[in-house]
Amino acid sequence: MRVNFTVNGRPQEADDVWEGESLLYVLRERLGLPGSKNACEQGECGSCTVRLDGVPVCSCLVAAGQVEGREVVTVEGLADYARQRAEGGCATGAPGTSLDAAKDWRAKGTDSRTGEGAELSTVQQAFIDAGAVQCGFCTPGLLVAADEMLEHHPDPSDADIREALSGNLCRCTGYEKIMDAVRLAAARQSEGV
Amino acid sequence: MDFLRPASWEEALAAKAEHPTAVPIAGGTDVMVEINFDHRRPEYLLDLNRVGDLGEWEVGEESVRLGASVPYSRIMEHLRAELPGLALASHTVASPQIRNRGGVGGNLGTASPAGDAHPALLAAGAEVEAESAARGTRLIPIDEFYTGVKRNALQPDELIRAVHVRKADGPQQYSKVGTRNAMVIAVCAFGLALHPETRTVRTGIGSAAPTPVRARTAEDFLNAALEEGGFWDSGKIITPSVAKQFADLCSASCNPIDDVRGTASYRRHAVGVMARRTLTWTWESYRGTRRATEGAA
Repeated sequence: MRVNFTVNGRPQEADDVWEGESLLYVLRERLGLPGSKNACEQGECGSCTVRLDGVPVCSCLVAAGQVEGREVVTVEGLADYARQRAEGGCATGAPGTSLDAAKDWRAKGTDSRTGEGAELSTVQQAFIDAGAVQCGFCTPGLLVAADEMLEHHPDPSDADIREALSGNLCRCTGYEKIMDAVRLAAARQSEGV
Repeated sequence: MDFLRPASWEEALAAKAEHPTAVPIAGGTDVMVEINFDHRRPEYLLDLNRVGDLGEWEVGEESVRLGASVPYSRIMEHLRAELPGLALASHTVASPQIRNRGGVGGNLGTASPAGDAHPALLAAGAEVEAESAARGTRLIPIDEFYTGVKRNALQPDELIRAVHVRKADGPQQYSKVGTRNAMVIAVCAFGLALHPETRTVRTGIGSAAPTPVRARTAEDFLNAALEEGGFWDSGKIITPSVAKQFADLCSASCNPIDDVRGTASYRRHAVGVMARRTLTWTWESYRGTRRATEGAA
């Protein structure tokens, strides 16, 4: 079947989608957006977290056919999404991230200074600066979940952060640096940095 | 596999009548796991996401009519006052991502003994609104809904439209045992609701029998003990011996198995502990309300 939906602000079309296929598979294998990670396929790990009509969900548990006509934001579109939110919508130019731009998206940088000069959201930059990324596999899901929490709780308590990230597993960091990163992002966001 | 996408409830009922083997999918948090792991290859998937009113609820005089697809996160946010037990249970479901998608209709459809909503529904009192194109609507009392392990009273051509949950008329509590707070399938769970209007107590036990069950013998004992002792009027502390007897009877109502999550004897023990604790918590809350009311009067 064919599925039409919006990804990172731009309309997309996926063809030959199997009826039992997940949104995650469509994103990764048909649209070439491998940022959302495939790990547990049962909603346990949160690595595949995306926004579906603004709401964080495990994309491995959304049937592809269910997203027809709906809006999805993946980690590849997170920087643009956050920027447009900060600007209070999109006043100029085409909204969203083109598929090619999304496919090419990476935390640019030179040598070890990853992120320098790149277009990153506050949460993404904070994860890099706080050392919250080790193997990186859980990072996209954590970024999407953390960004959504900061949208609604600009000044979160540690309990708020733990609750918001309780559906995202990380096997490297022990979560402390992830907590640091989200606190840092909240502080920078409130200062308007 | 065919993907059926009804745009309205009537279309959904027609599709289910035409294809009784169709598997309804709303939040997908159970169905997609089975498909991803190749445990299930339904001939038809019946997507209910486009049936908008399944995601809505109405607060009535005596009950809340909760649409089958209202996500747990909405219940936690909006129905904490009317359905405190179910709101607490909702908060123990998996993770934010899952609570944003899953709802009570799915819990009922799957009818797993470990479903988090069941003990809260049993304790509060509820009716499942099921409907078919051929026979219309019927209300199934929650006590008659669970018929076996992952089996329920639905007919093949029926869909769950809503669940009518009685509004709380007193304190309610919910307790769940697991290895951590998030992403846990209950080892066992317990719901308890005080109903001061009828001077009764209702319970619900999860994951400790082939189906979710009420501890009826325990309820009967406690109702009689509270009545005879004049506890509802006096608001005095429940005698430890009464609480212990209640807990023991709740344990005895279980019919658990040994499995990877826990042993039968552990489940029996834990249900007793949760029964005593939730009784204490709710009764303390009831006493507090009474004192506040008397103080105001």
